Amino acid sequence: MSFDLKQVGLTHGNGFRALHGISLRVGRAERAAVIGPSGAGKTSLIRLLGTALRPSEGRLDLLGDNPWQQPAGKLRALRTRIGTIHQSPPIPPRLRVITAILAGRLGVWPAWRGLLSLLYPADIAGAEAVLARFDLADRLFDRCDRLSGGQLQRVGIARVLYQQPDLILADEPVSALDPALADAALGELVSESERRQATLFASLHAVDLALKWFPRIIGLRAGEVVFDLPTARVSDTMLSELYAAEGGVLPTQANPRAPVRDPGEARMDIGPQKIVKLDACRGR
Amino acid sequence: MSVASATPSDPLLHRDPAARARLGWALVALVLLWPLLVLAEFRPWVLFDASNLRVMGSFLAGFLPPKTSMEFMGYLLKATLETLAIATAGIALALLLAVPLSILCTRALSVSLIGPGPGLHGGNALRAAGRALLTFLRAIPEIVWALMFVRVLGLGPAAGVLALAITYGGMLGKVYTEILESTDTRPARSLLEAGSPRLAALAYGLLPNAAQELTSYTVYRWECAVRASVIMGFVGAGGLGQLMDQSMKMLNGGEAATILLVFLLLVLLADALSSTLRRALA
Repeated sequence: MSFDLKQVGLTHGNGFRALHGISLRVGRAERAAVIGPSGAGKTSLIRLLGTALRPSEGRLDLLGDNPWQQPAGKLRALRTRIGTIHQSPPIPPRLRVITAILAGRLGVWPAWRGLLSLLYPADIAGAEAVLARFDLADRLFDRCDRLSGGQLQRVGIARVLYQQPDLILADEPVSALDPALADAALGELVSESERRQATLFASLHAVDLALKWFPRIIGLRAGEVVFDLPTARVSDTMLSELYAAEGGVLPTQANPRAPVRDPGEARMDIGPQKIVKLDACRGR
Repeated sequence: MSVASATPSDPLLHRDPAARARLGWALVALVLLWPLLVLAEFRPWVLFDASNLRVMGSFLAGFLPPKTSMEFMGYLLKATLETLAIATAGIALALLLAVPLSILCTRALSVSLIGPGPGLHGGNALRAAGRALLTFLRAIPEIVWALMFVRVLGLGPAAGVLALAITYGGMLGKVYTEILESTDTRPARSLLEAGSPRLAALAYGLLPNAAQELTSYTVYRWECAVRASVIMGFVGAGGLGQLMDQSMKMLNGGEAATILLVFLLLVLLADALSSTLRRALA
């Protein structure tokens, strides 16, 4: 069991209910994608699983323990086993790429090793190997502010792979990548999860990528799970209902942001180029 | 998408809703400022009174020409080195106080605030205690500390160093905390969320963004310490201040002018140092 949520709800400090009644069980080495319109609560769910936010109600079990009933030391040890890929990588622009990657292991390294590594990088070969998987090995000693948005996002993914967590959480991990790179990057994440038997739980805006790479799809809308099904059983009707608030137009790689329009006129306006051949992406 | 109540021609739509509050606060500030100016006997025009101009002129004329005798230059060099030593040692000791306290007080480096998790109350209490200690250290002017230490350690630079260390430790700690909290704190937080120790989160998450600001504030404080050592010279804490004290008491304006020129040079030096370091850290 990787994580188990029972009737979990999350109310933010300002009173906004981001999630409610979420029940989800995801097993070890399982891969699941969460999709849904903007504001559905995808990021809140990921942050909840990453122990960045504490549920306001319900039960949360992460890698065998309730994180919020652990003493500080145990919670820290648990956190080292969870790697979160953020949509915009939280990497200071002045950091060199190698430092940004090596920061992935700070949780397991003793503090002195982390500090010493700033004087001379502790594991150049390891950082280079993980960067090479994203075609960025030549940028190893460049500063992060020299990278493009897409390159930085791949460095963010590489850092989490270098961390070698048991649970990989990814919040729109490929949103800044062009379709070919996004596909390759997700492929790397999936193969990492297969190789190390790590759970992969990702939120994705592009529905076609979710259907292609993940055997299980969770539809989230207004903070609630609308469906939770094997990919083969997710129908086009379910998808267009999930995105009804965005005019029923599915966000895909070619059409990343569904236009906001009156649902009444939506169907009239969809040109042939916007109709997504979902069956073509399903399964791989 | 339905803003039915306000059409584009509606005059309310074209008015900044914050304008009234802004005007109100500006008026409040003026009303509060006026009695403060009266209380502070703010009468700048008195300066331009003919008799006052004459008094100031003769005071300033006493400073000319700056004294350049070899004997005085020897004293001056020794005092300058002493002042630099006092300021540098004071800042170094102040860092010993300020760095741990600012790491303790920075909310961006708090693990218990994430969630919030275990140890939240203890963490909050420690941070409050750290802030209170920083406030206490800097609330008492360095001259008071210096007067106290002179009684214990006798006349000389040691008292000045300790006095600077305590007051400047408080100032540096407070401002370090604020600088660390006003940079982008997401990198450090994401490291803490992956189980990183606090020191590593500071070094990898906060310092890369904050190093420039921290350095320039530290150099600026060093510059202030050079100047503050003048005041402390008056209580016999050594350095340029003591020399200045003697010159002023003997009404030797020429000597005072030379000492002031040295201060000007030291401030220029600090400025150059600061901009070099900022460029190196950019």
